[in-house]
Amino acid sequence: MKTKLECKEVKVFYKDFQALHGIDMDIFENRVTALIGPSGCGKSTFLRTINRLNELIEGTRTEGEIYLDEKNIYSNEIDVVALRKKVGMVFQKPSVFPMSIYENIAYGPKIHGIKNKGKLDSIVEKSLVAANLWQEVKDRIHKPAAGLSGGQQQRLVIARVLAVEPEVILMDEPASALDPISTSKLEELIGELKKQYTIVIVTHNMQQAARVSDFTGFFLNGFLIEYSKTNDLFVNPHDKKTEDYITGRFG
Amino acid sequence: MATRGKEKIITVLFWLSALVITAILAGIIGYIVVKGISAINWEFISQPPSRAGKEGGISTTIIGTIYLTLVALLIAVPLGVGAALYLEEYGRKNTMFGYVLKLTAETLAGIPSIVYGLFGFVFFVIFLNMGWSILSGGLTLAIMILPTITRTSQEAVIAVPQEYRSNSFALGATKWYTIKRLILPAAAPGIITGIILSAGRAVGESAAVLLTAGSSLGMPLNITDPARTMAVHLYILAIEGISMERAFGTALLIIVLILIINYLANWSVRKVVRQ
Ligand SMILES: Nc1ncnc2c1ncn2[C@@H]1O[C@H](COP(=O)(O)OP(=O)(O)OP(=O)(O)O)[C@@H](O)[C@H]1O
Ligand SMILES: [Mg+2]
Repeated sequence: MKTKLECKEVKVFYKDFQALHGIDMDIFENRVTALIGPSGCGKSTFLRTINRLNELIEGTRTEGEIYLDEKNIYSNEIDVVALRKKVGMVFQKPSVFPMSIYENIAYGPKIHGIKNKGKLDSIVEKSLVAANLWQEVKDRIHKPAAGLSGGQQQRLVIARVLAVEPEVILMDEPASALDPISTSKLEELIGELKKQYTIVIVTHNMQQAARVSDFTGFFLNGFLIEYSKTNDLFVNPHDKKTEDYITGRFG
Repeated sequence: MATRGKEKIITVLFWLSALVITAILAGIIGYIVVKGISAINWEFISQPPSRAGKEGGISTTIIGTIYLTLVALLIAVPLGVGAALYLEEYGRKNTMFGYVLKLTAETLAGIPSIVYGLFGFVFFVIFLNMGWSILSGGLTLAIMILPTITRTSQEAVIAVPQEYRSNSFALGATKWYTIKRLILPAAAPGIITGIILSAGRAVGESAAVLLTAGSSLGMPLNITDPARTMAVHLYILAIEGISMERAFGTALLIIVLILIINYLANWSVRKVVRQ
């Protein structure tokens, strides 16, 4: 099992407020890592340190190091565009762009310089197939993406991320706006994707964390309280706070 | 029962006010059409004025109006849209500079056009020695409409959902790519509405244009040529008692021109949105 991401002493400040207090965490390749914890504990903030998206929020400061394949993504030589090509992100609310399904998927590859029509066509198809959406939309890929259902939109967004061929996929509560059927489709998809990708997923749903993930980290007030194999964490938590949380005593 | 009665009265009141507005509008346009239609024929549109506008047509003033409006838009649209994009996408939010610019834009938008005319006259026509010209007039009109274009573009850009940006950046897009491919197309309808409003103001402006572009009846070819716009022509025809019929004919054509601008703008919005 190879370490894909090595986080060392990661701290994030929103102006004066410290949201993360030194997170140390190794994330493994081709595994699904779930982040759980009560609202406001810093899960999304941590996720955004991995693709340096916190930098878009004015007044944030990040300290510490994150190594992606042994290269510190916070060093000066790192090109954020290249980083974000390697580390894709799926947000809580599916946000399809106001263009066709095809153009949504082609948006990313075009950023990275792919212009050839034939090549784009094949990327679009491949990504939609991989996101389990191709069958449902293949007859209308040139129609506006806004016409898709919520679950389809979330899979479209995943296809859009896959189209840039990332190595790591970050998902921030990707199922929170979905109905049970779409959710189980998404969970199935995550299971397939992990063969090729390293996945980090934030979820509020502990059954979901237990179902989809190999490792789970429990966050509380900006600290990583406990991090271990999912099964161990749920069956045999070491920290009293973890136990309280997973048994529903708070949060 | 009481609330239902109230509902009914309010509905009737709204209906009445809509009716009054429609009636006033229809009345004015109807009046202009009735008074002006007799002046309009192919000669009126295609021939230059002669004998101070008593005879001939108004072709040079139509060209002058379009020319001047285009120059004003060509200057003001890139500047205004650029300023809006800078303020909303590049500049740091909530800075003193942004606040001052917003305040300036709002204040400038409320200044009467004649004041812009006076400024343009003193600054462009005399001080910069540009004389009465399309250029002086275009610059003056550009300054006049710049606040409107900036503000409406800003509102349009702000209305683009924030998630588009974060999703785009997360895919590795740069700011400029995001603006070009995502923000501008999404904001285009709002921006174009601002441009329509501004073009309407430029077409309809008389005082500021008279002071800066002059009232020459010749055909403006060079940007340094003076020109008379339709609105100025209308004003002179009416105030000097040259021909009321022709003044109304000109007014009618101004309305038609503005309708054409609206139509073209709507058409281009639909085109942008579709692609
Ligand atoms: N843009 C911001 N500006 C200031 N504070 C922020 C910002 N974003 C998050 N925070 C604060 O940082 C802390 C962590 O927020 P974060 O969004 O990472 O939590 P979370 O664990 O993802 O919560 P949730 O489960 O509700 O999504 C919270 O206290 C939050 O108020
Ligand atoms: Mg969150």
